[in-house]
Amino acid sequence: MAFSRRSLLMGAGSAVPVIAITGCGGSGGGGGGTVTFLVDNNPNNIAASESLIAAFNESQTDYEFTMETRPGGTEGDNLVKTRLSTQDMPDAFSYNSGSLFQAIRPVQNLLDLSDQPWVDRLAESFPDSVSVDGKVYGVPHGGSNSGGVWYHKPTYEELGLEVPLTWDDFIANAEAAKSAGKHGVIQSYGETYTSQFLVLADFHNVATANPDFAEQYTANEVGFADDPTAFRSFEHVEQITKEGLVNEDYVSTTLEQALAYLATGEGAHYPFFASGISEIEANHPDQLEDVGFFALPGDDAATNGLTVWLPNGIYIPGTAENPEAAKAFLAFVASAEGLAAMAEGAQPTGPYMLTDVPLPDDVPTAIRELQTYFDTEGATTPALEFVSPVKGPNLENILIELGTGSIDAKTAAQRYDQDVEKQAQQLGLEGW
Amino acid sequence: MRNRIRVNVVSALTLILFVIVFVVPFLLVLVNAVKDRQESSQLNLALPTSFHLVENLREVFQARNYMLVTAMVNSTILTVASVTGMVIVAAMVGFVLQRRASRINGFVNAAVLMGLIVPPAVVPTIWVLQSLGLFKTLPGLILVEITFGISFCVLLFRAFMATVPRELDEAAIIDGCGPLRLFFQVILPLLKPTVVTVIVVQSVAVFNDFVHPLYFLPGEENATVQLTLYNFMSQYSTQWNLLFMNILLITIPPLIVFLFFNRQIVAGMTSGAVKG
Amino acid sequence: MTAVVSTELRAVPAGRENGERRRSNYLAKAYPLWYYLPAGLLFLVFFAIPTFASFFFSLTRWSLFDWEFIGFENFRQFLSEPQLIGSLRNTVVYAFLTSGAKVVLGMALGLLLTSQIRARGLLRSLVFFPVLVSTIGVGVMFTTMMHPTDGLINTALAVVGIEGPKWLADPQLALISVALVDIWKGVGLATVIYMAGIVAVPAEYYEAARVDGAGAWSTFRRITLPLIRPATFTVITLSLIGGLRSFDLIWAMTSGGPGFASDVIASVVYKQYQAGFYGLSTAGNVVMFLVVMLIVVPLNYFMRKAEVDQ
Repeated sequence: MAFSRRSLLMGAGSAVPVIAITGCGGSGGGGGGTVTFLVDNNPNNIAASESLIAAFNESQTDYEFTMETRPGGTEGDNLVKTRLSTQDMPDAFSYNSGSLFQAIRPVQNLLDLSDQPWVDRLAESFPDSVSVDGKVYGVPHGGSNSGGVWYHKPTYEELGLEVPLTWDDFIANAEAAKSAGKHGVIQSYGETYTSQFLVLADFHNVATANPDFAEQYTANEVGFADDPTAFRSFEHVEQITKEGLVNEDYVSTTLEQALAYLATGEGAHYPFFASGISEIEANHPDQLEDVGFFALPGDDAATNGLTVWLPNGIYIPGTAENPEAAKAFLAFVASAEGLAAMAEGAQPTGPYMLTDVPLPDDVPTAIRELQTYFDTEGATTPALEFVSPVKGPNLENILIELGTGSIDAKTAAQRYDQDVEKQAQQLGLEGW
Repeated sequence: MRNRIRVNVVSALTLILFVIVFVVPFLLVLVNAVKDRQESSQLNLALPTSFHLVENLREVFQARNYMLVTAMVNSTILTVASVTGMVIVAAMVGFVLQRRASRINGFVNAAVLMGLIVPPAVVPTIWVLQSLGLFKTLPGLILVEITFGISFCVLLFRAFMATVPRELDEAAIIDGCGPLRLFFQVILPLLKPTVVTVIVVQSVAVFNDFVHPLYFLPGEENATVQLTLYNFMSQYSTQWNLLFMNILLITIPPLIVFLFFNRQIVAGMTSGAVKG
Repeated sequence: MTAVVSTELRAVPAGRENGERRRSNYLAKAYPLWYYLPAGLLFLVFFAIPTFASFFFSLTRWSLFDWEFIGFENFRQFLSEPQLIGSLRNTVVYAFLTSGAKVVLGMALGLLLTSQIRARGLLRSLVFFPVLVSTIGVGVMFTTMMHPTDGLINTALAVVGIEGPKWLADPQLALISVALVDIWKGVGLATVIYMAGIVAVPAEYYEAARVDGAGAWSTFRRITLPLIRPATFTVITLSLIGGLRSFDLIWAMTSGGPGFASDVIASVVYKQYQAGFYGLSTAGNVVMFLVVMLIVVPLNYFMRKAEVDQ
């Protein structure tokens, strides 16, 4: 029994084009004029987009691009949906790839870009995240990000350790570091979201063990409590805290403190995003080469690989007033010059999604080394949130309950499975 | 004699205890607000080795594209407009409610009570604001603040109206005053002490309000000072000097109000208990 | 958030005048009922409508644009999910803890500051000022002071050889730590309310007691305590209503953490709102409404009765 207000919205929608025409007076006509690019207000995105737009405007004389910013998070999701449905979307906009992209009704709302020349150059893990029925709708907005484990290289050298390919090796390394008087694994519950990496970055291992996990998960056929590999992620959190491998003040440690432990070698490992590199660079510029990054290991060394957070896509709405300008802009975004311009505004946090554009030379070694994973067939997997819309809001806090010993791994996994139910129901997914 | 010594001892002990409990926290803020980043990260009470008052001030103001300045302007508009609205709207109600026995008085009184007890329903309020096109706008938040402040103000005004002799109204009416002039030119000036109390108490409340701006006025360009402080909390989690400077800045307005209107505030906040 | 509130709650609205019907024409002219209109309109649009709407939307799955009727599903979720039911318990604990402490401490300080103690004005200002300081500011201030290793409180305790607790980082202690700060911030209001109540006790009562040879304790128990009962009721009502709705201090200090250890209904409402579960968030609001009503209304009935009996 679902009631919809869509009909109401449609009624209101008929008035919108009139307003749009009067609102944009001079800028609509002709080939030239101003074109707007909408990005979310993350400071790095703004910096990168500013220098991207400046470079694009300089590279040609036909179009003048300007930037408009929007909020991120749920508020941003709603704004994007509203502007699309009221046909008020600027000619180019940046928005999440993956399951959030699927939720903005690409087929109805967006321009099909499958015929664009850059499509063939996309890295293997990207196109699916901006495609429906084999049609591509977006270009990758900058470099990727990854989830995994930061480690302190001098500690590894000192103790004669090697980058672990299995979870047991990882624990052995952490124990060795602990015996040497360091924090085996740094945790930072003072910044709640950082508690999730042992689970979220483990998805490559979950997906290699069960390639259909995402699909079954979306259909409510499998959960974290009953898939053995997925459940292992929860056990990992329990294991490191129970065995005392973590820093003593982990409940109140903040992200910045955690990265300080890592950079100065007080701690050996820190599970986090590869994008943590920008904080390390800002606060510990002299230790930049002391840190390295590896994929969160699973049970099998042979299938070792990286969980990747794909960049946003840049899309063109079907209602674009100047689609040719927008297409030229997207082509520039996919070019080496475009990516170089973005890198000037904010350094990339991982390899690009275009096979023929390498990372710039001034990117720290830890990030450049990630390319190896991308160059190995099957060694990268997009994070779960890109392949399934089901994600509960409380994972971070449930893991903190687990990590502080309030509940055990089984209970935590069950609670998270219960938590996602709300999200799935809110989205109206089938099977929930 | 012995009694006096005892009083002195108790007084001294109390004073020491009060200083530790109620002054030291503010001292911590004050001292650390003028330290540099390194020193303030110790979070202790040591005197700063070098003063960075101007520097920290500048940095706090410049942060995020002068967000604090925007926030101060917004908070000022919000406070002035909301309190003005509350005073006028609530005084009118308090005036009629006390003076005129009418069938709807019971209803009005019940509404006032509800306004005091019932926790506002947040998302439905957003829904209403959105359908009026007032969500995420300062006018929208001002109307909400007025609404949530009305109940308290009505009670104060009604209580004070009871002390204004009715003969005064009659005299004014005989002199030919219409209802508007009666209220705005005769009664309202007499209510001045209550008006001052209401202004002072509600200004502090609106200025310090965090929850309503958080829900009804999201977005960076709309920030109020409390939201700005909250945002700085995550942004400057290790730059305590700037965080403390921010606290210091937003504590100054209530401090000034407190110094000048101490009596009215206490009177306003306790008037109910006295009559008890 | 003031004392008037509870007086109002307890006293049947007075001041209704009788025998004035003959002047009704004149009344209508001098005191027009449309003076209710501006306030009434605001109240209707921004308070009454949302409140009534909340009862409906709490029964739906809602995205602000679409809604789907799902019966009591949201409430079932509220009562079955451990973190949500935990918030209910925390809310009650928090409200009763802060309210009880404010009564005891407020009364003690009220007595102290109306005694012959010196520097009364200064002391009163010191205890009252935190009431006026921004809650978020106080939250930040005490979050730093309660830091397990670097915070002022634990470093001070270390000086005298005590190893302080982990305060906000300890799931067992987080809620209580926030409650302590709430008490610190709010005890000033309770104190001035008590002071007003204590000064209002007629001096003759004390005279009479002295003549009867009553000691300090029995004077307090037999005279002061019963006569300041209205102040006690005011403090209880105010701090209970405030405590049950409490959000900003908890949000600034722990955001409901670690885990869900210090979540209260109001923070759950906010979290569900943030997550986009508008129906569930509104159900949380309704739960809070019910809790406030279930606690405050009977309490007031009881207190009003006690006052009449007196």
